[in-house]
Amino acid sequence: MKQLLLAAILALFGLQALAIDKAPAFEDPVQQARYERLARELRCLQCRSETIADSNAQLAADLRRQLRELMAAGKSDQEIMQYMTDRYGDYVLYKPPVAPRTWLLWAAPALLVIGGGIVAAIVISRKSKLPDTDPADPGLGAS
Amino acid sequence: MLKYLLPVGLFAVLVGFLYFGLGRDKETLPSPLIGKAAPVFELTRLDDPGKTFSNSEFAGKPYVLNVWGSWCVGCRQEHGALLEIARRGEVPIVGLNYNDERQAALNWLEQLGNPYVVSAFDGEGRVGIDWGVYGAPETFLVDANGKVIKKHVAPITVEIWEQEFVPLLAQAKAGSP
Repeated sequence: MKQLLLAAILALFGLQALAIDKAPAFEDPVQQARYERLARELRCLQCRSETIADSNAQLAADLRRQLRELMAAGKSDQEIMQYMTDRYGDYVLYKPPVAPRTWLLWAAPALLVIGGGIVAAIVISRKSKLPDTDPADPGLGAS
Repeated sequence: MLKYLLPVGLFAVLVGFLYFGLGRDKETLPSPLIGKAAPVFELTRLDDPGKTFSNSEFAGKPYVLNVWGSWCVGCRQEHGALLEIARRGEVPIVGLNYNDERQAALNWLEQLGNPYVVSAFDGEGRVGIDWGVYGAPETFLVDANGKVIKKHVAPITVEIWEQEFVPLLAQAKAGSP
């Protein structure tokens, strides 16, 4: 039973390789890992919510081929990302660049937490100053 | 007073966000190509695999590049409009036959008519990637200096042509500096 479970778990790990490509693109495991990492950082513009690693669309297949060729040509990660954004704009990147026009985007989570914290603090401090008994509701705390 | 104004104000902000957010066209992505030199390509002609066509042949002249494929439903939809635009003859239309099979594409032109002065055969979609094509049909306007000045994604209509392309034709012919 244990062995069966182990086999099942290992089988799941096997599927971690790119679901779309039929065979690994590179023999070198380091290059293959790099290929998979880069493919997960690029958006398929036909399907929008999928990376080119996950998408079965023609455009995703073409972009994976392009990615393999650029890697085989010895391009750096930065050069490859530049190649993609030159053609498709920042939208092709799953991780938007940190630039003045994206500061609000990157800061939004922190701003929301701080804003929410301030509102919570104000509400809590106001409520804690209220008397424990509510004169409008003699049923509570009136005993 | 503030107690009542605050929720109303927040609601107004929400309405504002929804109004502009939902009204925005999120399908059309901005092209980084606008205002830049059109990528030069050299491909075989659709009608003759033995001959090549390069868009550098249009140096000094404006042209429209229309990305199409016989598999593409939107291309069938816009085909009548392209034929009409070609008939007007304001600017030549070059076809980029994208990710297609040659015979299927040739049959399509025979059945539906051919609005293109020439179609280049991009069977592997490589030129399409250089032009940032993400969904056919796409239509580009290239000016006399070889700069892309307009891109339309989705089927073109005669109305869109008249409203968005025709006003740019004078500029396209002159060529922007």
